[in-house]
Parts: sequence; structure tokens; C-alpha cells
Amino acid sequence: MPSVQHVKAKKGDVLVLVGTMKGAFVVRSDAARKRWSVGGPYSVGSPVYAMALDTRAGRNRLWFSNQSFRWGTFLSSSDDFGKTVTEPETYSIKFPADSGLALKNIWQINVTSDDPDTIYCGVEPSCLFVSRDAGQSWSPVEGLLKHPHRPKWTPGGGGMCLHTIVPHPTNPESMIIAMSTGGCYRTDDGGATWTARNQGVRCEFMPDKFPEFGQCVHKIGRDAANPDRLYLQNHWGLYRSDNGGDSWTDIAHGVPSDFGFCMVAHPHDPDTAYIVPIESDQYRCTPEGKLRVYRTRNAGKSWEPMTKGLPQKNAMETVLRDAMGSDTLDPAGIYFGTRSGKVYGSNDDGRSWQVILEGVPPVVSVHAAVVGGEASSTSRGHRATKSAGKKSAKAKSAKAKTKPARTKPGARKSAGAKRKSRAR
Amino acid sequence: MSITVRIPSYLAGFADGRNVITVQDRAGDVRSLLLALWRLHPALQDRIVDEQGEIRQHINIFVDGEVIRLTGNQETPVPDGVEVMIVPAVSGG
Repeated sequence: MPSVQHVKAKKGDVLVLVGTMKGAFVVRSDAARKRWSVGGPYSVGSPVYAMALDTRAGRNRLWFSNQSFRWGTFLSSSDDFGKTVTEPETYSIKFPADSGLALKNIWQINVTSDDPDTIYCGVEPSCLFVSRDAGQSWSPVEGLLKHPHRPKWTPGGGGMCLHTIVPHPTNPESMIIAMSTGGCYRTDDGGATWTARNQGVRCEFMPDKFPEFGQCVHKIGRDAANPDRLYLQNHWGLYRSDNGGDSWTDIAHGVPSDFGFCMVAHPHDPDTAYIVPIESDQYRCTPEGKLRVYRTRNAGKSWEPMTKGLPQKNAMETVLRDAMGSDTLDPAGIYFGTRSGKVYGSNDDGRSWQVILEGVPPVVSVHAAVVGGEASSTSRGHRATKSAGKKSAKAKSAKAKTKPARTKPGARKSAGAKRKSRAR
Repeated sequence: MSITVRIPSYLAGFADGRNVITVQDRAGDVRSLLLALWRLHPALQDRIVDEQGEIRQHINIFVDGEVIRLTGNQETPVPDGVEVMIVPAVSGG
């Protein structure tokens, strides 16, 4: 087994959370984002498809999914950036027995709700789970679990997964999710009902090229300034919606291919998003042997290649749907990982890139966060200030509830121990 | 009756550190044996079976040296005094 290193992080530092097919890594820098240290691997041997850093309510809680080949899929967490990892005694995310479903993987962990105790997980087989107690207990969102379209959702190459969760920034009743296959679904009533939102998104692999649902949407992102504006990378197709997903318009103007997996909207700049085009679904590598991030700054009217620091020959690379993320600093940090085990980072909105991690197993997820929330003097996230009063009221109880229990460095702690520590 | 259950080191971490567990069971098949095992060590359940009660794909259970996939799965009889082994399958990549 590899030796495990841990990062020391302080408020304002940036963490890039890297999930691979054989474990997770935590890559840390100060706000300059020039020199990086590496923590991990964690969950050694298991695919880690989802990670998140929950910085709400005074926490710095690292979440990661574990898809053990043998022992099933579960969430684990750490309140000290990986030194002490809590593995649950009994798994917290499970389908009800009468559903006939069994959890295969956790693809997404979303910690952006203004309620600091609310967390969402997107899972395989496709469903959304929610926790209202900061991750201690979970339940499936019934409106999706029992959705009438469920029998017709089918697995893509990666499995039948709900991989993208995009809550509305100001309307807590609204959220859009994406699954492969199935496409986009939106709720406007807090999850009670979900309507397919795929009008205009083509489906190359179906007899009907524009069905109500069944699309293989790979990733969606929401514009930094306009909550109704969304960007979508499809299994063939690049789209924008200006009405919250009601309809979609082709924006594949000036890209070498409209096939790809990842899609990240800039955290602050309106009309700005990033993709990494892939040649085709037959040849899932970067076109022409060039690793290029493409950026639009006009909501998809045009795209420009960002190549400084990226290999421009013999680069047969693939960046998967969740393997690109951004931090919240200004200028924004943009990060992505490849199936060849490299992670690139940019500290200047994508203008230049450097390798921040290499020689690791195939990368399946990349997320970035600023330690201590978005209170850093250089950050300007729009969400953090929206309900500061509400957060501060909830923060005290949440902080008291989740005070971390210390054990030996690197020691695994059972959920039983976790419960005891919380009860003290 | 008394059944000896051997589990791998990883699972021992969820069974008070024991690799060998003695289970008292009356019904005499794998399903009832596992239910008795969960009562002794609840944390083993989620790691060995999924939420539908199915043994996870990459775990093999042997009763007296025979893998239960060939002998009736969880309906496989477990005679008194035999040894049951729970073993990770050869899998992964």
C-alpha cells in the first residue's frame, strides 16, 4: 500500500479534490495557487467518483464516495482534511427495500444549499438523495425515485447515473439535475415533481433524434450572473438554455468537436464557460493530439482554445464529465484531470496551465474549494453573502453538532465512535 | 447448532477485530446464518449484502468448501459444525 500523506490547510487555502479509480487525493495551495502539496491517497483501491468540501456553518468537512468492488458503496468524511476518516458502521445511502433497487455508485455530492445541514447526492441507479442533518441520515427524493419515466431510463457507458445537481441560486424550490441516459429534469416544487427539460437537445443514438427524454447529457453548468442561463455538454452537442432548461440552443460554434464530457461555468464572470472537446464517441480522445480547454466569454457565440502549458502534440487525453472544476477566487482557478492520471490547474481564468498532480490512477472527479468558506479576502462568490444572517443563526447548532472527534492520525473511526463523540 | 464463520481482515475491523466468529443458528441455511451474524455484528451486513439482501457481486461464501453460487445461494443448507468462509472474489482491474 502507498504511504499516505496529509495536507495542512488554513483558511483561504485552495483544495483541489481529485477522485481517481483507485483512491482520492487532496491537493493544496495557498491563494496564489502556484505551489501545490498533495494529501492522500484516501480510500485506497476504491473508485472515488464524488468529493466535496463542505465549508458551511464553520465546517471544513471533506466528503468522498467510496465504490468498493467488494464491500459496496458508501460515503465517508473527514473534518481534518483526511487525517482522520470516518467510515460509517452502517451505510447511510440506501434504496428502500420495496424499490427493488440497490446502490451501485455515488456520482455527485452537492453542498451548496443555503441550509447548511442540507446535502444532496446523485447516485447510480439514477436517483437523488437528500440529507437534512448534515449527512447523518439520507432519504431518496420520492419524486425521482417513483418517476414514471424510470422504466425507460437506460444506462450509458458509465452506468445509469444521476451525475449532475444544479440547485437554483435564489429559489430553494427549484433545481435541475442531469442523468445519463435520461437527460435533464427540473423541479420547481422542492422535489415533489420533476419535468423533463430536453427540448432541442439531440439524441444521436435514438430513432427519434429529439425525444422528450432519453438524452445522454454529460454535464450542465449554470451561468454566474443569470440563473436562467445554463450550459450543457451532451453526448454529441453543445447547448445553452436561457430559460432554466425549458429549451436549448446549439452553441457549438468554432469548436473542433461538439462531443465531450465536462462543462464548467465560470464562478463569477457572466457568459463564461469551459469545456474540453473530445473527438468522437468512437475515439474518445482530444482531437489532433492536442489537449485544449475551450472557453467562451459570450455565452457560446464563439469559443477560444486555451493551450498555454498544455501539450499540443501526442496528447491522447480524455477528461471525463466530472473531472473539471473551479475554485471561487478572483481570478478563478480552473482545474481538470485526465484518464492518464494528470491534473492540470490554472490560476488565471484558464489563460495558462501547470501540472499540479501526476502519476495517479485515471481521474474521474475534480472539485475545488476554498478552505474556511468563501470568506477569504480574495474571493467573491455570489452565493456566500446571500443569506449570511440565516447561516449565522444555524451555524452555532451545526458547529456544536459536528465537532470533530480526534483519534490517532490516519486511524479509521467507526460511525459508532462518531455518534459517541457527538453525544458528549 | 454452532457454526464457525471465517471473515477476511477488512471485515474483522467491523466485528470487534475477530476473524473467526462462532454463530448459534437454528434454521440451518445461509440466509438464517447471515441474519444471526448481523445480530452479532451489525456493521457486517451492509458490507456483505446490498439493500435487497443479495450477496454483493464480488463476495463469495463457501459452506464446507463449496461456493454457494453452485449449491443454492442463500438457501444452501448449513449443517451443524461446518465452517463457513466469506471471501472476497477475484475481481477488479
